[in-house]
Amino acid sequence: MQIFLLILAGIIGGIIGGMGMGGGTLLIPILTIFLNVPQKNAQAINLVAFIPMAIIVTIINIKRKGIDYKSVLLVAAPALVTSVISALLVRKISSKALSIGFAIFLIILGVTMMIDTMRKCIYAYMNKCKEEYIHND
Amino acid sequence: MSNKANTIHNSLPCDRDFSKKSFKLTQQKDKKGRIILTVIASLFVGVANGLFGGGGGMLVIPIFTILLGLEEKLAHSSAILTILPLSLVSGIVYIVQGNFSIPDGLWVGGGVIIGGLIGTFVMKKLSNNVLKIVFYTLMIIAGVSTLVKNFGG
Repeated sequence: MQIFLLILAGIIGGIIGGMGMGGGTLLIPILTIFLNVPQKNAQAINLVAFIPMAIIVTIINIKRKGIDYKSVLLVAAPALVTSVISALLVRKISSKALSIGFAIFLIILGVTMMIDTMRKCIYAYMNKCKEEYIHND
Repeated sequence: MSNKANTIHNSLPCDRDFSKKSFKLTQQKDKKGRIILTVIASLFVGVANGLFGGGGGMLVIPIFTILLGLEEKLAHSSAILTILPLSLVSGIVYIVQGNFSIPDGLWVGGGVIIGGLIGTFVMKKLSNNVLKIVFYTLMIIAGVSTLVKNFGG
């Protein structure tokens, strides 16, 4: 049963990740809340599980959508330095503190993205209204 | 354009094209400044990836679209490749520190590959704003539940 649930959690996280909405942000809480996986282990699973998926999706993306390699390098190089440092720091942080930090990170990210999406919706609607108004005139 | 159209055109704040993000930064021609901002923002992407084991991708998208002016689709495909080396390196650090349990991780990993392919091919058409709002709501609920679990026992 546990195995089935783990695969299911992976599929849900993968679908959201494949759609480009950040699957890890949902996979980690699914693992910790429903499957009682410790926070650090859930984070490790998310990192490792992302790798094969990212390789496959990138190979497909190179042909379908293209990739801006300059931008990738500009962001990945400095991020690589801090990611190693912070991954090494994880050992010194308690699971509870990490879990609370992650929760706050999730809430801030969720609220920000939600506001951004709603703003886009409203603007798209306003532009549509404006065009209709001008066309009907 | 008639008078009526002109009036509405000037009175509503939608006289600009809001389908694209019209932040000051994208209009700003100062290339050096934007690159410095990108590098600083990238440092936080690394921290999110290393410290929280995820969420870096969501931070990369606005960096690409707002600071570097990439198109949304190109930003998404580039973001996945950006996170790949980060996850690889952080993942190795996590494994070395003994935080990765082999059977559990492999089961989830298999699920992620299946889900990832479904997400890329099948669900692409469903990727609209309503779905995004549902997803972000779930994210906030997940965050609150995690807090409750930590403080409520």
